[in-house]
Amino acid sequence: MKSAVITFPGSNCNRDAQDALVKIGSKVQNIWYKETSLDDDLDLIIIPGGFSYGDYLRSGAMASISPVMNEVKRLAGKGVKVLGICNGFQVLTEAGLLPGALLRNKKMKFICNKVSLRIENADSVFTKNYKQNQIIKLPVAHMDGRYFADGETLKKLEDNGNIAFKYTDDGGNLSDIGNINGSELSIAGIFNNDKNILGMMPHPERANDADTAGTDGLALFEGLAGL
Amino acid sequence: MKVRILVTLKNGVLDTQGKAIENSLTRDLGFNNVSEVRQGRLIELEIAEENKDNIAQIVDDLCDKVLVNQVIEDYSFEII
Repeated sequence: MKSAVITFPGSNCNRDAQDALVKIGSKVQNIWYKETSLDDDLDLIIIPGGFSYGDYLRSGAMASISPVMNEVKRLAGKGVKVLGICNGFQVLTEAGLLPGALLRNKKMKFICNKVSLRIENADSVFTKNYKQNQIIKLPVAHMDGRYFADGETLKKLEDNGNIAFKYTDDGGNLSDIGNINGSELSIAGIFNNDKNILGMMPHPERANDADTAGTDGLALFEGLAGL
Repeated sequence: MKVRILVTLKNGVLDTQGKAIENSLTRDLGFNNVSEVRQGRLIELEIAEENKDNIAQIVDDLCDKVLVNQVIEDYSFEII
């Protein structure tokens, strides 16, 4: 397996992403955002979390038009898997690779916590090592995580099985308390139609070690590596 | 020509910052005659072009490509 981790000015989870990839035996290329050519034989591109361009204009907006993104779009179109985590999810929506947008958290506070999520679709290269409706716990750390899309887009996401994760309360139920940032339909992560692109606000790369935040995120990476 | 672009959240998109400002104005400062506060973003820029139709086209292009996320935002502009 061969992966690339993109780093923008202000990215801060690139190292964690790299660690998770090394753990599953992937080769890792660290790619600076000014790069204009990516290898065609990549299996996976990770757009990591952080605060690219200081969140200026809108979170992810400037990164979405930076040079490397032309290559990310080209390879995504050829079926290369793309995983956007946190700021990476914001970049993917701004780039038009995923529908919708991420707005300021409903309660206007930065949320740094470990949250419960329900696997909404286990039939994808990203989620195949989870069980349908399984409840997992992953860390979140974001200010702009409130997923928004118009009603028609939300219906399409549901009908096509493009919702990957939803926030739940600790009992594993959808609720206002569980929906930490006020996202539409409690959405925490979505796929594109071809399911080769996943954007998610929670951090699976920060949950690959039993000594820190648990190992619920590791299954996602192991699934990608065919482990 | 100098252009002023006004970007606002679409109607129906919850504007948390506008809500916070409204709460401060009404609850904390007692301006009970204030409601429906919306916060936007104002961008001024210089465009090396005199023809108004061309300017409109350039502004639409700028807004479409980066300045505005039309999933959540609307915009208007004026030449100043």
